[in-house]
Amino acid sequence: MSHRGKILTVMVALLALAVATPFAGSYLILLITQALILGILAMSLDILLGFTGLPSLGQAAYLGMGAYLTAILAAHYDFGLGWSFWVVILLGILIGAATAALFGLFAIRATGVYFLMITLALGMCVWGLAYRWNSMTGGDNGINLPARPEFGIQLADGVTYFYVVLGFFVVSLVMLYVLVKSPFGRSLVGIRERELRMRVLGYNTWLHKYIAFIIAGGFGGLAGVLWAHLSGNVSPQVVILATSVDALLMVVLGGPATLVGGAIGAGVVVFLRDYLSTVVPWWQYVLGGVYVLTILYLPGGLMGIPERIRRWRALSGSPEETKKLESGSH
Amino acid sequence: MLNKLKGRLGRKLATVGLALGLGVSQTSTAAEELRIGFLAPLTGGFAQVGKDMTNGFQLYLDEVGGDFAGAKVKFIVEDDEAKPPVGVRKAEKLALQDKVHMLVGGLLASTGYALAPVSTRLKVLYIASTPAADDLTQRDSAKYPYLMRTGWTSSQPSHPFGEWACEQGYKRVVTIAADFAFGYEVVGGFQKAFESCGGKVIQKIWPPLGTQDFGPFIPTLKKDADAIFTLMAGPMSLQFPKQLANAGNKKPVIGGGTSYDEFTLPAMGDEVIGHVSTLHYSAALDTPKNAAFVKKYREKYGKVPSYYSEGNYTTAQMIHEVLKKTKGKWPGTQKFIEMLSKMKFDAVRGPVHFDDMRNPVQNIYIKKVEKKKMFGYEKDELWNTVIKTYPNVSQFWKYGKTEFLKQPVYSREYPPCKFCE
Repeated sequence: MSHRGKILTVMVALLALAVATPFAGSYLILLITQALILGILAMSLDILLGFTGLPSLGQAAYLGMGAYLTAILAAHYDFGLGWSFWVVILLGILIGAATAALFGLFAIRATGVYFLMITLALGMCVWGLAYRWNSMTGGDNGINLPARPEFGIQLADGVTYFYVVLGFFVVSLVMLYVLVKSPFGRSLVGIRERELRMRVLGYNTWLHKYIAFIIAGGFGGLAGVLWAHLSGNVSPQVVILATSVDALLMVVLGGPATLVGGAIGAGVVVFLRDYLSTVVPWWQYVLGGVYVLTILYLPGGLMGIPERIRRWRALSGSPEETKKLESGSH
Repeated sequence: MLNKLKGRLGRKLATVGLALGLGVSQTSTAAEELRIGFLAPLTGGFAQVGKDMTNGFQLYLDEVGGDFAGAKVKFIVEDDEAKPPVGVRKAEKLALQDKVHMLVGGLLASTGYALAPVSTRLKVLYIASTPAADDLTQRDSAKYPYLMRTGWTSSQPSHPFGEWACEQGYKRVVTIAADFAFGYEVVGGFQKAFESCGGKVIQKIWPPLGTQDFGPFIPTLKKDADAIFTLMAGPMSLQFPKQLANAGNKKPVIGGGTSYDEFTLPAMGDEVIGHVSTLHYSAALDTPKNAAFVKKYREKYGKVPSYYSEGNYTTAQMIHEVLKKTKGKWPGTQKFIEMLSKMKFDAVRGPVHFDDMRNPVQNIYIKKVEKKKMFGYEKDELWNTVIKTYPNVSQFWKYGKTEFLKQPVYSREYPPCKFCE
């Protein structure tokens, strides 16, 4: 598919989502909202995993920082429940970015499996803080938010909140898309492909990775703010390793280095886990099966499916198309 | 002709009605259907506890044939995985999609804290049948007008227990308890009561939740203490007494209810004989009502009921009693709470009524682990023999509501360890 065609498809899909969602049941709306929020998280991780080749296992930390900031401000200081919601959004992004800036100092020097482990450890630090700092975070019990913000529009309404989240999702998608298409984004891909060559070419690869890490943290923080208001309760369970692993799996499932893939992965995981689990007791097997099959047969994730089909058709179909494909790939 | 047309039209309408069935039936049969959404962990580390909870409720439903004074009960169970965020989502599913009249259950204190605001936001009744977090019906109670607790507060049994410990002549006690909010509240309640009758807590140790090896902790227990107070949860309850016995401990061991409840007792060895704990229920409660309950439960599910089972059985009974008064009609959330809080119940655990913060006032039992035969069962088994009953204990014990609520919620730091050496 042409480049323009892809953009058009995504736009049509988002438009369809915006139009169709209000007609869904209120629980389904909630799940879609949740999938969009986790989609932002997955896309932020995709910047690291897909585009820069940094498999971070600590993305939940930024979600947690944003969520805890929102909950603490709302519950202890009554802040962020009116127009100040927008200030909290900003603060959430900043705290996510700041945390990433701090963690990045430790993490970026490592690569491969060591990077996985150090991000995991740093993520657990946030969990420990949430679990231990009782007076602030409520420890194991977590914090309850008083209510969703209200400023002319009431976010307590499921459909309204969906549109707000969709807005943030679209803005995030566009910003991240512009980012990965920019020279900076291209340099990240270069680092993913061969860091040494980039370094020889004169790029400060450490700085590039560090900046990517901070940007990913910022979007993680944004997802955290939205998540806190969706759930109404923030507890250490949000920051546990499983959330980071989930985010990683969403990206892998959807297809790394595609941005929208992460969002699609988020949708699939949310649907399987939160919808299917209310229908059948063996939902975990389905989820496990989907993961295994994706990794075995779809290394490019779900976003790789169209490409696969085209290839398969080309191979079994007319020689003309095969030629076209071959000439295209060179 | 006209009749024929009418017939056809009627049939068509019926088909349409059938097609819309799912949506329509929920509202049209509301008068005689009572939908109860039940949350319990069915997968993960707490799955077995979740089963005890569900079985308790189910047992009562089976007894009355799923019929609450004319209302047909639709019992919808969802898995909360003992994770607050999952619990919230499942509660929302139950309320929004299944349009349940009430949510019941949740296991952990953290789940209870997470579900309470959902009940406020969606204006749906939430009956906390198991979560014991103190503040749900104490300092935060005003925030959750649709919450009703039928279980207990974590510190409720601990207060009389502190007094009991004084009566035993214990002067100095060390505590070792799992490091989480429930642990703080159980220990905090004990410490407050024990120290207000002259005892001293001289050391507090907090092993992390899920600790398997107590080797680093046991040797640090102060040698000159009169007794050891323990509060464990899950597999910790099994490991700790074993390792304590192996270390050659001769001191009396006392503890919070979950360290020795019927859920863990069958898996325990003789090392726990003589340990004393406290709770609002014991399966060894020697009343005809409880004997019948234990027998029925054991026959059906093959195990002795735990307080998780009894709590949810009794919750089902309470809902039924309210509906008896309304002749099976759902009275509305507000009215239901009003009615329930005014009623007195003759439950399996003993007499229960509610205080004005919607928490049960009930008997607290001091229980000693003994190996004996009970209720005509042939084998010698471990039972929690009741050695003392404190009747009508409220969550505020003897402190008075206003006085009690002035202090902060029990935590790792509160009450401060004044006598720690």
